Amino acid sequence: MAVPPGVSESDFAAALDEFRAAVGAEWVFTSDEDVALYRDAYSPFWGEPEERVASAAVAPSTVEQVQAVVRAANARRIPLYPISTGRNLAYGGSAPVYSGSVVLDLKRMNRVIEVNEANAYALVEPGVSYFDLYNYIEERGLDVWIDPPDPGWGSVIGNALDGGGGWTAYPFRDHFGAHCGMEVVLGDGEVVRTGMGAVPNSKTWQENKWGYGPWVDGLFRQSNMGVVTKMGFWLMPRPEAYISGTVQVFNERDIIPLMETLNLLENQHVVNGSTQLGAGFGNDGAAWTLQVPIYGPEKVVRAQLEYAREKFAAIEGSRFVEEDPIRTPLSDEDRARVRLVNFGIPNLSTFAMLGRSPMQPNPPGGHIGFSPIIPRNGEELLKFRDFYRTNLAEVTGGENLGIVGPVFMTNWERSLVGLIMFPISKNASENRKIRAAFERWVELAAEQGWAEYRAPAVFQDTVAETYSFNDHALRRLRERIKDAIDPNGIISAGRYGVWPKHLRKDA
Amino acid sequence: MKVRHIVAAFGAAVLGAMGSTGGVAQVASAQDSADAADGRQVFEYWCAPCHAPGPGHPGTQSLELKYGGNLPAPLEEREDLTPEVVKTFVRQGILSMAPFRKTEITDAELEDLAAYLAQ
Repeated sequence: MAVPPGVSESDFAAALDEFRAAVGAEWVFTSDEDVALYRDAYSPFWGEPEERVASAAVAPSTVEQVQAVVRAANARRIPLYPISTGRNLAYGGSAPVYSGSVVLDLKRMNRVIEVNEANAYALVEPGVSYFDLYNYIEERGLDVWIDPPDPGWGSVIGNALDGGGGWTAYPFRDHFGAHCGMEVVLGDGEVVRTGMGAVPNSKTWQENKWGYGPWVDGLFRQSNMGVVTKMGFWLMPRPEAYISGTVQVFNERDIIPLMETLNLLENQHVVNGSTQLGAGFGNDGAAWTLQVPIYGPEKVVRAQLEYAREKFAAIEGSRFVEEDPIRTPLSDEDRARVRLVNFGIPNLSTFAMLGRSPMQPNPPGGHIGFSPIIPRNGEELLKFRDFYRTNLAEVTGGENLGIVGPVFMTNWERSLVGLIMFPISKNASENRKIRAAFERWVELAAEQGWAEYRAPAVFQDTVAETYSFNDHALRRLRERIKDAIDPNGIISAGRYGVWPKHLRKDA
Repeated sequence: MKVRHIVAAFGAAVLGAMGSTGGVAQVASAQDSADAADGRQVFEYWCAPCHAPGPGHPGTQSLELKYGGNLPAPLEEREDLTPEVVKTFVRQGILSMAPFRKTEITDAELEDLAAYLAQ
């Protein structure tokens, strides 16, 4: 059995006994076979000494059990690594950032505590997946939608805390942005409720985000400041209809007015769906194709789409194709033809991208992405595309490593993501090349002022290096906060580049 | 309802290739108490999103290409699966399918699932 670094075998054994007393012996995992289930199946270090692995795992089912585990760990300085459903594949999965941590597996905390239809919100525990929340709503016939990301087995809380997003309308598809109120267990075991949840007998915990005084919820996003045990989310009342138009432009530099028009329409919230931008010359000769979906009452979305069509028509030579509205709830026929996540229906179809296909008969198994935020305008988009083309040979040493890019993601408001995707396999020599390429992209992009919003666990330090204004003042601020509220540094050491003081490079 | 197909001894071959043998007596004992009806619920919750028949199920799509029609792609239509094969894939994963932890599918649920798919 592995022991966390810097912890004596006797202290670890005593802590494990306390964990067993808190959660029941069957929910403390120490055998090699059981702990191996927490490995990151998409680890870029799979099978190499640097692979991040756990020493053990403990799975509480209540907040009181979480408190007991955290207190026991804090007393003996046992590093813990909370996971929600543990399906954060491509970002570390269920493996810790700091090897030897005990995974605090919250999957058993899987209660949907409330879904309020009248004011469209939910309160859930970390083990609740998008499938679970969807099923809860469907079984009760509630007229609200969830906003699922691509893989439906992810945690509603975990995805929000990691900075994930989905595919329906703004503001719901920014999952952290759509949250309202948290319950958090701090490193000493104390429970805190944020926003209106701090008011005893409050009935507005999920209805007012800000409460009173300094807002602290952001401290728990991509973070290691506490263990989130409950979180509220605003849901979208089921929209009556979905309507979509497709804009095509035929000159490369038409991307500039295309993005200007899109920005106007999205910033006005005339277009509220998750738009999709495609590049390249297809059979129809279009240089760029943009899909603009809109959700709402049918008579309203028809008017919004008409307004959008008029705006796009100002781009000389552009073509606009309006699709028929799709009414909800979906008919069986519509359900069979639409992309389900755009209609709030979780599924796992995205894994087709990684599975066998005629184009990919021997798939590598995993993948990771480099997702820098870039300015949302056509000039910068073209600059990023040229940056990718210019540097690809240097980054890969001229070898075809299966890197795919750039894909421009327009799903966040006000900015773009220039996505580059990398295959991850169980082959160490291939993965070594991918790691070198990934790190080089991070460096090159940072020189242009482009940095990632979310990173695989093993690259979180690399990306944190790029947020370096004023000699890493932001990281130093986060470290001061970390030291203050988790002085023994037991929670998620190293997550998103924040290390407790005894593990910092200068310690 | 499972559709029966006969493909001899494939499961044993896969099991051997995966290098897992298991304790035969212990498995037999656990299987005695396994409940295929409960296993179907486990399948529907955990496996069907990838392995149900039809489009939109990447596990089925992947197995279609793997077997080229020699074996049915949807797992519920397979005749050759043994409990040991099912358990090995669930706990070890394969390609993009990450292993399932015991907080997701308990050992008892896995016995039920294996009994369902092997029946």
